[in-house]
Amino acid sequence: MARVSASVYTSHVPAIGAALDLGKSGEPYWQKVFAGYEFSKQWLRENRPDVIFLVYNDHATAFSLEIIPTFAIGTAAEYAIADEGWGPRPVPKVTGHPELAAHVAQSVIQDDFDLTIVNRMDVDHGLTVPLSLMCGAQDPDAGAWPCPVIPFAVNVVQYPVPSGRRCLALGRAIRKAIASFDAPLNVQVWGTGGMSHQLQGPRAGLINREWDNRFLDRLIADPDGLAQMPHVEYVREAGSEGIELVMWLIARGAMSEGRPRVRHRFYHVPASNTAVGHLILEST
Amino acid sequence: MPLDKPYLDIPGTTIFDAEQSRKGYWLNQFCMSLMKAENRARFKAGERAYLDEWPMTEEQKQAVLARDLNRCIAAGGNIYFLAKIGATDGRSFQQMAGSMTGMTEDEYRDMMIAGGRSVEGNRRVGEDGDAQAHRQPQGRAGRAA
Repeated sequence: MARVSASVYTSHVPAIGAALDLGKSGEPYWQKVFAGYEFSKQWLRENRPDVIFLVYNDHATAFSLEIIPTFAIGTAAEYAIADEGWGPRPVPKVTGHPELAAHVAQSVIQDDFDLTIVNRMDVDHGLTVPLSLMCGAQDPDAGAWPCPVIPFAVNVVQYPVPSGRRCLALGRAIRKAIASFDAPLNVQVWGTGGMSHQLQGPRAGLINREWDNRFLDRLIADPDGLAQMPHVEYVREAGSEGIELVMWLIARGAMSEGRPRVRHRFYHVPASNTAVGHLILEST
Repeated sequence: MPLDKPYLDIPGTTIFDAEQSRKGYWLNQFCMSLMKAENRARFKAGERAYLDEWPMTEEQKQAVLARDLNRCIAAGGNIYFLAKIGATDGRSFQQMAGSMTGMTEDEYRDMMIAGGRSVEGNRRVGEDGDAQAHRQPQGRAGRAA
């Protein structure tokens, strides 16, 4: 049977991708960000999963205002890298895992989570920046990501986004689905986005270091309590785009019950407009 | 019964809800069109003519031409869509976000390096933080005003 061995949490700031792609990763400004992922790259090499189930949000890339799915699971064999307006990032295409993705969709929908199933979708920085951070720079042609990836897109662009409570419960349903897949796959679930940031209006640039660190504490030790937090608190305390953090609760819900082992924790301000938070939790 | 909108009292912040989305539909869909290189080239070659192909309001078109992102957001724009205009112009998210504060690019970058904008005084309308309406614009522009 398949199992969720670990979860990874990270911000997915587009400027991080740009820094890597433009060869700026050695600059002191960016070194402070990438230093927090040195352990993580080594950890991923030593704990290479068979599949990464990657929870992220699309940033007006695959989904315009024509279709706005709250939860969308990618069941395709592969995904092209999106042109977000700057041209596609020079990174390898993403290979999917259609069998496990379809299995999770069937199981989770029968558990009352009405997913949208997507068989054609370009993936944007929300998905590729976490891969770059965890795997390091990869040549678009000669390089490759370490394993297949199942993209799981959550609407956090148009309000209302799903509640924290709903996200945590969905994560648990995903764990159950993975556990019933009849192959001995080692699966990691990644939750991405956040931490505090606001990209709009006179309040742009908001950062709330204390709130972010409290969020990390509670995500580790008290996910059920954290899941009760209303949307407006995310927005008021962590900025209008800080709402992305609800996605971390999906990955947290996918972890086995009981306190996980904290393998790595990192927090840094800033990357462009954003506070960078990062955790690696292992199932015990 | 009207919908509960508990986020309306956050200063300097517009939540992109269904109402804003409806208002900004064509503005945001115009922005989406800029994800294609040939459309970016056509827009750059004649902005007004390109905008006139879309059923946008005159206010939306003027806000785009002026690259006034606060006006674009008030007219229903969402930053992830508006970012496509920034990409077309070769501007980063940081330059776009900073432009909405009145600060210069350097002032905004320095604020971020110093730890970002504090939430103190900026949680609710009526407090005295730097994102409140009575303290706009910020930075050098504000001191000059």
